[in-house]
Amino acid sequence: MKLTTTKRLERLNERYANGDVSRRSFLTLTAAAAAATGLSMPWMGRALAAVSEVRFDGWGGVVQEAIDKYAFQPYTAKSKVKVVQGTFGDENETITKIKTSKPGDFQIVHSSGVNYYIKYVNGGFNSEINEGNIPNMANVLTAMIEPFRKITPKLSAVPYDYGTTGIAYNNKVISPEEAKEKGANLLTDKKYAGKVGGYADMTTRVWYAALQTKQDPNNIQDMDAVWAKVRETRDLAKKFWSSGAELMDLLSRNEIVVTDAWSGRVAALQQQGQPIGYLDPAGSYAWMEDMLVLKGSPMAECEELINFMLDPATSIAVAEGQNYPPSLDPTKVKLTDKIAALPAFDPTGSMKSLTFADPLYWAKNEDAWTKQWDRVSKGA
Amino acid sequence: MTKGWKLYDQRLAWVLVAPVLLLLTLLLLLPIAMMTVYTFFTFVTAGVESAVLTFDNWKEFLTDSYYHGFLWKTVRVGAITAVICAILGYFPAYFIWATTFKHKWLLLLLLIVPFWISFTIRTFSWIHILGEQGLINVVLIRLGVINEPLPMLYTEGAVIMGLLHFLLPYMILNVYVSLEGIDRTLIAAARSMGCTSAQAFREVTLPLSIPGLGAGLLLCFVLAAGSYVTPQLLGGSRDALFGNLIYDTIMGQLNWPMGATLSIVLFVLLGAAAAAYSRYMGLSQIMKGLSA
Repeated sequence: MKLTTTKRLERLNERYANGDVSRRSFLTLTAAAAAATGLSMPWMGRALAAVSEVRFDGWGGVVQEAIDKYAFQPYTAKSKVKVVQGTFGDENETITKIKTSKPGDFQIVHSSGVNYYIKYVNGGFNSEINEGNIPNMANVLTAMIEPFRKITPKLSAVPYDYGTTGIAYNNKVISPEEAKEKGANLLTDKKYAGKVGGYADMTTRVWYAALQTKQDPNNIQDMDAVWAKVRETRDLAKKFWSSGAELMDLLSRNEIVVTDAWSGRVAALQQQGQPIGYLDPAGSYAWMEDMLVLKGSPMAECEELINFMLDPATSIAVAEGQNYPPSLDPTKVKLTDKIAALPAFDPTGSMKSLTFADPLYWAKNEDAWTKQWDRVSKGA
Repeated sequence: MTKGWKLYDQRLAWVLVAPVLLLLTLLLLLPIAMMTVYTFFTFVTAGVESAVLTFDNWKEFLTDSYYHGFLWKTVRVGAITAVICAILGYFPAYFIWATTFKHKWLLLLLLIVPFWISFTIRTFSWIHILGEQGLINVVLIRLGVINEPLPMLYTEGAVIMGLLHFLLPYMILNVYVSLEGIDRTLIAAARSMGCTSAQAFREVTLPLSIPGLGAGLLLCFVLAAGSYVTPQLLGGSRDALFGNLIYDTIMGQLNWPMGATLSIVLFVLLGAAAAAYSRYMGLSQIMKGLSA
């Protein structure tokens, strides 16, 4: 989408009226715009109007396919702004790329919630969005926005969806009754030695080990017991997967019969007719994802795209496609029956039924635990 | 001789070599120097480090047996792979050299055909061969040889198999080039002096092909020990090599100073192996093999 000078000035005026820009900044920017217009050459307009695409990086697979089909393609058709897409299996990998590139090379990231938000903020990679330019944020669950606002009062990201990492099992081998009875302990059941999987991620491993040792994952008292459980799962595991595609591949090829798994990916497998059951044990790991705008991005275009993505019709279509509930408040926006039936969906909008990671607690322990997890995963 | 033209003109040589030297400095020496400096930086938190100089990263590497264990494992897997490559690769190289088949070029072409397919795709193909529902297990189960699938994938054996698949052509080409350099009249002379075919091979062909075998061993060892993708795709979490440790430290823990330290360690180890080979064999043999 090409923004006209008039529209840019209107937005500047709006920000000034909202109190987002000081009078001095407003006058300086207006004067600069006037000077630039007076001094500009014919080629400058073409160069300045070059924001014809926005860069987006996400999780790939069925999730990104849904976003592309129901959000990006209609957005491009409407605005003529192309969304250039990249994918990642591990978000830390993307943080490394962002760190080694210049601001603006990466623009919007489908990020893994507050735990990762802190990393972007610590690294100074985050931008500051103008919420006034995203009116559809009014429909987003307050309970999802607040954790971000605790870290940066002026947001750099907008929550977009949420889900759980529960237990997926092959129901030809494990009955729903057995799964319900054993819950998280299925991952350390010796009966399934060599057929167990798990996400190769510190947070998931520590979270489930905390549940197995009957501890609160947001206030772990006995870390030795947790690491012992992590080792137990490791010794029974055939493979710790590192992407949604790998998870689906391992389950569908029967390489593993039980694993912790992302709810949406399991739903996708079930829709394909795979004999996979899913269970959220008590205290199951709930997470949210957000659209994070990075420093150096074309803010107006990014905000416009996010606003389009949050439009109820778009957001609902994406949610149904990717099998994760949207961040829309069900008390404000009527969601579909399909969404209401998705795992992890909270009809109250309070999110109290879900257990999210306490970002400050986990951020405090992240470095040490990640290092220890790396070692344990490799046999230490 | 053409007037005013010299076989070796020092100034001209510098002019011609300068672009490559510049590129090597920019793309190799400078990054290594920067990595070395990074090893002395202080890790603050994931993705953040400060330029406060410290020996902590080196101290951690030198005192932590976790890293030593992986370094030893990497050397072991690299050495096993190189030796198996040598054993398996010598005979095809000898056959290609010795054959009187008039389309020998076709045999050499077959050697490089695997390079036409992406290395990652070739590595992925082993998942469908070694997996529980892979080719080998399915055939053995259908033939009634086994009842339960054999656990082959995500093991150290699978990693070595993937590395062999990748590295064998390098070994064969090196040995072949070395064999091609042998004066065949020496073998004829040995036979005329009463040697049997086996004795001629043992006394003449094998010793003269040792430099090529050595070059192949070095190449295979260095490439296997520095590999990352193969253990990542075909190995379980315990089958990681030092390259995977570096990746996880930089990309997972976002700890660049420690990752840089481990990178320099691997660089020094592989550099030492190349230096040792150069001391006894000369690196020129590898160049011959690579340009075959």
